[in-house]
Amino acid sequence: MAHRVLVTGADTFWGGRMIQALESDPSMDVILGMGAHAPSVPFERAEFVQADQNYSILHRIVRATQVDIILHTFLVTDGLSQRALHETNVIGTMNLLAAAGASGSSVRHIVVKSSTLVYGSSARDPSTFEENTPRSGPATHRIERALLEAEGMVRDFSEDNPSTLVTVLRFANVLGPHLTTAISRNLSRPIGPSIFGFDPLLQFVAEGDVVRALLHVTRGGVPGLYNVAGAGRLPWSEVAAICGTRLVPLSPYSPLKLRPLARLFDLPPELVDLLRYGRGVDTRRLTATGFEYEATSAGAVHAFIRAVRLRRSVGRAPSSYTYEHDVEQFFRHSPSVVGSPDR
Amino acid sequence: MTDGHTVATATKRSTAVVPIRIPPDSPDPDVGTRLSDVDEWGRSERFRALTRTLYEPVYSRWFRVEWEGLEKIPAVGGALLVPNHAGAIPSDAPVIMHGIEKELGRPVYGLADYFFRTVPVVGTLWARGGGVSARPANAYRLLKEQGQLVLDFPEGTKGPSKSFTDRYQLRRFGRGGFVEIAMRAGVPVIPVAVIGSEEAMPVVFRLPTLARALGIPYFPVTANLLALGPLGIVVPFPAKFKLRVLDPIHFDVPPDQERYSKSRVMEEAERIRGLIQESVYDMLRDRRSVWFG
Repeated sequence: MAHRVLVTGADTFWGGRMIQALESDPSMDVILGMGAHAPSVPFERAEFVQADQNYSILHRIVRATQVDIILHTFLVTDGLSQRALHETNVIGTMNLLAAAGASGSSVRHIVVKSSTLVYGSSARDPSTFEENTPRSGPATHRIERALLEAEGMVRDFSEDNPSTLVTVLRFANVLGPHLTTAISRNLSRPIGPSIFGFDPLLQFVAEGDVVRALLHVTRGGVPGLYNVAGAGRLPWSEVAAICGTRLVPLSPYSPLKLRPLARLFDLPPELVDLLRYGRGVDTRRLTATGFEYEATSAGAVHAFIRAVRLRRSVGRAPSSYTYEHDVEQFFRHSPSVVGSPDR
Repeated sequence: MTDGHTVATATKRSTAVVPIRIPPDSPDPDVGTRLSDVDEWGRSERFRALTRTLYEPVYSRWFRVEWEGLEKIPAVGGALLVPNHAGAIPSDAPVIMHGIEKELGRPVYGLADYFFRTVPVVGTLWARGGGVSARPANAYRLLKEQGQLVLDFPEGTKGPSKSFTDRYQLRRFGRGGFVEIAMRAGVPVIPVAVIGSEEAMPVVFRLPTLARALGIPYFPVTANLLALGPLGIVVPFPAKFKLRVLDPIHFDVPPDQERYSKSRVMEEAERIRGLIQESVYDMLRDRRSVWFG
């Protein structure tokens, strides 16, 4: 069956990766990318629409294009200013759900990329969170609150619209050759932060498995709520040892107040919690739907650091692509174009 | 079991690396990519082997531990070990974990208050040594899904914090949570009676105000502290430890139920408490000396 799919956050890392992955799938008839900024990777056949950050024009696009799948990759889980975080995660999701739930909507499946940040990280936590395990305490950080609020709206939507498939994937901390996060920045430097006396267990998911998991549920029409993380957990000290990062212990008592030292590192508040208590999730529910992981947690760490070592030797490959609206439109819509521009 | 036998097995087993059981359906894909052997609970067999080597003299020379009925603990499959708990900074937990790992060659996970996790260094060492925070979800996963041995002290802090005048009087067994977990996981409860723990570190009195100020569950002033000064925090008296494993108790209820009859749960918890209490009295009746057994 031919699908018409809309991908949010097309200008971001994940949106770009997902669009590129969907383009090679012939059952994806029409691929639309939405983003606040110009995309940073080239698309072969996907069309790009520039929108404001909170996606207020989304309902018009959905109505006009009659998409049946919305792939919401634009829930930010790492590094954004507080205000932008709320606009993007909460208001953006609200507009998206409003568009999808409008009467006569063509949308049949919504896939949301969320994060295991929603479980938090505290001393009271069980060692392993299953999808229905509640948090041990109220959300403490803005990013957690924003994600919980967005997920709450998605849950309400799926109750109100039983005929629409809703999938929420909660990804563990992602490591991979290309993605940059607070954790990856810390690990690619010679020294990294730790909290004195704590050596938490962390679980990672490989970049490639994130894309594959999203494709798996999108193509297969798999509804539900799933944790996504590689098998196994590693102590932070072991992660650092694999990456050749020497850990500098920060005081366990208010580490963020040690400004001069903490500023050396990339330490958002939710990462400070994680470096104290870690987090583990159960992934059997997704595996039961037929998904197979390519990498374990340890495998993700190794793949990440191998790419970092290569970059240290040859430098970062300069981005050769700049999005130019007119050029892209020409290739897609001009009657003169009869072949693929890249082949 | 004689002392000679204990020492003989000690030299044979104490440094042996116990193979960690992994769930049968997931062969370990991490072979060759891991640097440590820390498992999903934070336990490290290498670390345990090291601590067993260090603790062995305390176990067999200082406390001269004697077991009775150790064969009642299964060699495979989940079981919940439930002993009485005593002695300020209780030695019963390390003694039981050491003894079973040494004699049976299988790991023991000890449940304790999550408070331990919040203490720098201590929390990490505790986890590497097999400590797990006492959450029902953790106990279920260990017992049911991974078929491990789990050690739980239902008395909680009420056991070790009680004064010496109340020695060997078992406190309330919580709300019977351990019975419910064993029922849900479909594993037996194995009661264990311990003597010697009370005399190893007798609590003379407590300082509740200081405990509150420090944010710890209790602050015991022990005889060890009075006799030895600060050294008394870590040095127990060399009381003779005797442990008796009682018959495993299987509950005749279907596993994985949402709820179990509270009255049944409380009844079983009280019965198990009674069995341990009775065994403790029985062992004390046979004890000629606190120090020599």
